[in-house]
Amino acid sequence: MIELNNVHKSFGRNEVLKGVSASIKKGEVVCIIGPSGSGKSTILRCINGLERYNSGEITIDNVVVDNQKKTIGLIRTQVSMVFQKFNLFPHRTALENVIEGPVYVKGEARESAIFRGQELLASVGLAEKEDAYPPQLSGGQQQRVAIARALAMEPKAILFDEPTSALDPELVGEVLSVMRKLAQSGMTMVVVTHEMGFAREVADRVIFIDDGVIVEQGPAESVLNKPQHPRTQDFLRRVLHPI
Amino acid sequence: MSQFLKDTIEFVPILLEGAKLTVLVTAGSLFFSTVLGIVWALMRVSKIPALVWFSTTMVNLLRGIPIIVLLFYIYFVMPDFGLSLSALHAAIIGLGVAYSAYQAENFRAGIEAVDRGQVEAAMAMGMSWSLSMRRVVLPQAVRIILPPYGNTMIMMLKDSSQASTITVAELALQGKLIAASNFKNSTVFTLVAIMYLIMCIPLIILVKHLEKRNAQK
Repeated sequence: MIELNNVHKSFGRNEVLKGVSASIKKGEVVCIIGPSGSGKSTILRCINGLERYNSGEITIDNVVVDNQKKTIGLIRTQVSMVFQKFNLFPHRTALENVIEGPVYVKGEARESAIFRGQELLASVGLAEKEDAYPPQLSGGQQQRVAIARALAMEPKAILFDEPTSALDPELVGEVLSVMRKLAQSGMTMVVVTHEMGFAREVADRVIFIDDGVIVEQGPAESVLNKPQHPRTQDFLRRVLHPI
Repeated sequence: MSQFLKDTIEFVPILLEGAKLTVLVTAGSLFFSTVLGIVWALMRVSKIPALVWFSTTMVNLLRGIPIIVLLFYIYFVMPDFGLSLSALHAAIIGLGVAYSAYQAENFRAGIEAVDRGQVEAAMAMGMSWSLSMRRVVLPQAVRIILPPYGNTMIMMLKDSSQASTITVAELALQGKLIAASNFKNSTVFTLVAIMYLIMCIPLIILVKHLEKRNAQK
């Protein structure tokens, strides 16, 4: 469904992606792990055209991602994104955040969007928070609203860019459990994360990326428990045993 | 003192006629400068090189020309090119154009102060640039822009007196005319000053209120 073929991306003279190829199937949950600065987030941002890649090709259901073309709008309605810092609209309530895309981008009738929005907020455990403004919510609650907002677009896939990295440790669990439920429902997910426990339990496949290239990938079980490449081994040792 | 009161009763109705024009010039140029300022600011943040260049040049040009020269230009020079405006229209356009540069800088700063992640979230849900501006960026920028906008209103109210230089009989010019006819300078200009102050005070209170509201957020 999402195909990356030899994708290169540079910021100025700094080459961040040095030929990344990957294929993500419908219904698959893929976790991308790797050291900071390795290009994990850049991959996600290229997939929905927030960044423009320099060469190679990314396609989503055979449509080329090119943020200079009109098709990018349609692609973005089909591939939602959840950000590290939530990026909820602070001047709109939780429910208004959720219905913003359906009503103003997809032209859905307000009543039906509200109905679906309330259901979605309930599904992430925030039914009673629909009138709260983002600054009144905890980080975990905000990220759950952001996930409901992503789901409201009825996307084919959701990209998660370190969704729990900005959260206090005790709030990580509530977000991960929403994501686990989502994975079980068959949503296609690409998750950049440092949560190895989540990757091990939920991911169908783990991709380890370092210095702009995919070093190793495979079933979560094998990559996380029996990494083949020395760089993967080194990274996992440092993440799992920081002290 | 009784003489002062008698003069006041005599002059105030005339000065009020001037004050009406002051309000008209201020309101007109405020509207004009706001619309034009938004246009400059949106050009500036559009990232389209030609538009960025054009608006930057215009803003710098306008900032470098004194308002009074701009007024003279519009009122005295434009007729040579076949564009004759009434003094009132020339004043509104001149002040509006001059102030659009300051408005633009304020609007741009407000727009750029909105977190980059907001635009990305809007883009990521498929919004076009203009829709993300309208639904996401501008509503948040307004909050940042309003207090300095209030200050600009106060400055415009006072600078509307420059319209007197191109014969608009607003408050300052009415005062000058009365004083020239009866030499009661102190009475007349005290009244003029008080009337400007009275018009400014609500705006000052408004600015204070807006600043307080922002500080709470």
